[in-house]
Amino acid sequence: MNKDILICGVGGQGTVLSSRIIAAAAMEQGYPVKSAETIGMAQRGGPVTSHVRIGENAFSPLIPKGKADLIIGFEPAEVVRNLDYLATGGLAVVNTAAIRPTTASLSGDGYDGSEMRAYLQEHVNCILADGNKECEQLGSVKFLNILLLGIAQGSGKLEIPGEVMIKEIEKRVPEKFREVNILAFNRGCEIGEQSKA
Amino acid sequence: MKEYVMGNGAIALGARQAGVSVVCGYPGTPSSEIIETIAKYPHEGMHLEWSVNEKAALEVAAATSYAGARAMVTMKQVGLNVASDPLMSLAYVGVEGGFVVVSADDPGPISSQTEQDTRRFAEFARIPVFDPATPQEAYEMIQDAFAYSEKYKTPVIFRPTTRVCHGYASISAPDTFAPVRGKGFEKDAGRFVIFPRLSYKNHGLIEERNVKIGEEFSSYRFNTAEGGPAKKAVLASGVSYMYAKEALLDHSGVKLIRIATAYPLPESFLLRELAGVEEVMCLEELSPYLEEQLLKLAGKHHLSLKVWGKLTGHVPAMGENSTEIVQKILASYLGWDSQAQENAKIPPLPARPPVLCAGCPHRASFYAVKKAMAGKKTYYCGDIGCYTLGNAMPLDMVDTCLCMGAGVTMAQGFSHIDSEGKAFAFIGDSTFFASGITGVVNAVFNEADLTICVLDNSTTAMTGHQPHPGTGRNMMGHQTQKVSIEKVLEGIGIQKIITTDPLDLAASMDAVRECADLPGVKAIIFKSPCIAIEKSKKKCHITDDCINCKLCIKETGCPALTIAEGKVTIDASLCTGCGLCSQVCPKAAIGGESHE
Repeated sequence: MNKDILICGVGGQGTVLSSRIIAAAAMEQGYPVKSAETIGMAQRGGPVTSHVRIGENAFSPLIPKGKADLIIGFEPAEVVRNLDYLATGGLAVVNTAAIRPTTASLSGDGYDGSEMRAYLQEHVNCILADGNKECEQLGSVKFLNILLLGIAQGSGKLEIPGEVMIKEIEKRVPEKFREVNILAFNRGCEIGEQSKA
Repeated sequence: MKEYVMGNGAIALGARQAGVSVVCGYPGTPSSEIIETIAKYPHEGMHLEWSVNEKAALEVAAATSYAGARAMVTMKQVGLNVASDPLMSLAYVGVEGGFVVVSADDPGPISSQTEQDTRRFAEFARIPVFDPATPQEAYEMIQDAFAYSEKYKTPVIFRPTTRVCHGYASISAPDTFAPVRGKGFEKDAGRFVIFPRLSYKNHGLIEERNVKIGEEFSSYRFNTAEGGPAKKAVLASGVSYMYAKEALLDHSGVKLIRIATAYPLPESFLLRELAGVEEVMCLEELSPYLEEQLLKLAGKHHLSLKVWGKLTGHVPAMGENSTEIVQKILASYLGWDSQAQENAKIPPLPARPPVLCAGCPHRASFYAVKKAMAGKKTYYCGDIGCYTLGNAMPLDMVDTCLCMGAGVTMAQGFSHIDSEGKAFAFIGDSTFFASGITGVVNAVFNEADLTICVLDNSTTAMTGHQPHPGTGRNMMGHQTQKVSIEKVLEGIGIQKIITTDPLDLAASMDAVRECADLPGVKAIIFKSPCIAIEKSKKKCHITDDCINCKLCIKETGCPALTIAEGKVTIDASLCTGCGLCSQVCPKAAIGGESHE
């Protein structure tokens, strides 16, 4: 299998954990894996991306533009920002809840994500879900990364068995949040599967 | 064990495997995780330290190498500038135990002040440099670096770049390791005391030795050529080699030459591989180092060679390379069809410049100075750390930022050319220890008029919360005596020192006014822990008294304050209850500190 997965969002949203889980699960399946992450100043509220590359044909640590099979987006504008990476026929899993940058609040710029959602719906093969709302029902928006992994899983585009994913999630989340993270993952799977149908 | 680790982790495990027993460094993106990884894995028998700065790190490690220990120093590229004084001399003196300086370059730059190229430093110091292209290579190559260092008794530079440092790959490393501590220091003044005569003698020996190393590098396993013979070649180094490899996947008829040891140049290897080649495209980041070396080589050996790259405008002079950039360059070089993908026009995207975190005490410190000095002529000299982000609107509180520690000395400079304006230096606690103290001494000695604002959040926040002399904990995991910033300032002779809680706006503004009105060197220590270390359970909330004037947002720019459906709201997932906004609100409509 050769597969390129781009995870994008805003610094502080927990994108790194998602990429590590996918990488670990793919390695568990015996594939060679490479990944790369944004670290440093951009983590302070700036756009962040993780590139996960599975398979023998990946040399560059970053996914070449137009090659990502799957984008997992934590924020709609960040998905649009990274659309260049999406391959023809690729899928974007998008959390529709917008994060307004501080600069937008200052200038009165009306960014609320709606334009991005509309654009994605019209031009991109995508699954849109209000991940924040789903997670609030589980008690905290902190489970967003696992919920989105679940949606990717449910979409069938991840091609890694669900139980392998769950095992890696369990290894990497604090024990007291293990159960609720699995709930988030399973809820994500449902959303992903529904969108497929 | 098989581990999925960051490139920096691979360097750490490789060094451990090579028997490193002393590791010193100063944090700096993209190098910080090397020491942290060693600390995380078993490391009995090793000495690990976050030194106060890179110069100290290199000197500590150099002594242990004189005694025969294998030692490593880690830093980012600008850290090498700080460590360059001991390094340049150490290059003449030489070492005993394997001695590797890891200096991580940052093309882009992504998190740095400069796009300098450490390979140039290696040539400048006349010492070998290794340039890995992947985390796996880094794991192996760092072990080679130790071996070469010990064989030739010279410090060696190991130069990864951000994409190698922060890329992840799986590494198989043995669980066992054996730190080499050496047989102890044998006094030999003729060897270890640098004098002009010694430098003259060793200079000659170093030049002779480098020819030998270049010869040995000519059969080094990471200097490779593939896809030949061909008239056209690509010469690549570091991660650009991986970009070229990926771009050339479906193409043939071109030779890909990769140089992993930029200095001393493996001349015979290149001459061998360039036989029959008529043109070379040089793919590298930062400076056209190999390109220039190749031009020299062509001149020296009268090769008829067309050399393309940064110097000819075929490769961008600045920024990172990528597979796409390399693909485009190679398409025009090799005459491929370039298929530019046309995307539908995307809507305008919101800009997301990095900002201080919600609840960051630095925001409150800057705001207190800003309000207290409103309407007055001021000079706000910033420094390196999270608080450089105090430059962002609406705070706009950083007029200068140059390098580590420069805030204090530059504020001094302004005070000498303008006696009317009030000069302020903003410096974090870690930067204060790294290179701020000498500036304070200089300011006192030379009768400056300035207020030093130490933003003390009890950590090195920007690079991932490393301990420093003021935190009471070191990299060996030991509790240590805290070095008191206040007592240091007192000891230097500063007469007015006020310690204040930045989250108390009125008290902090009073402190600023009091200091600004006094002559001489004064200091305010704004003391409040980084919100990422001391997690707060407090939240602020907006009451019905809110008139939606948005002053809280306009004044503080706190990312937890947003506008939802036309009304000011507090994002509870970000708010730490710092209470700055409630102190700014003209209607007392922000309730603070309601516990969750």
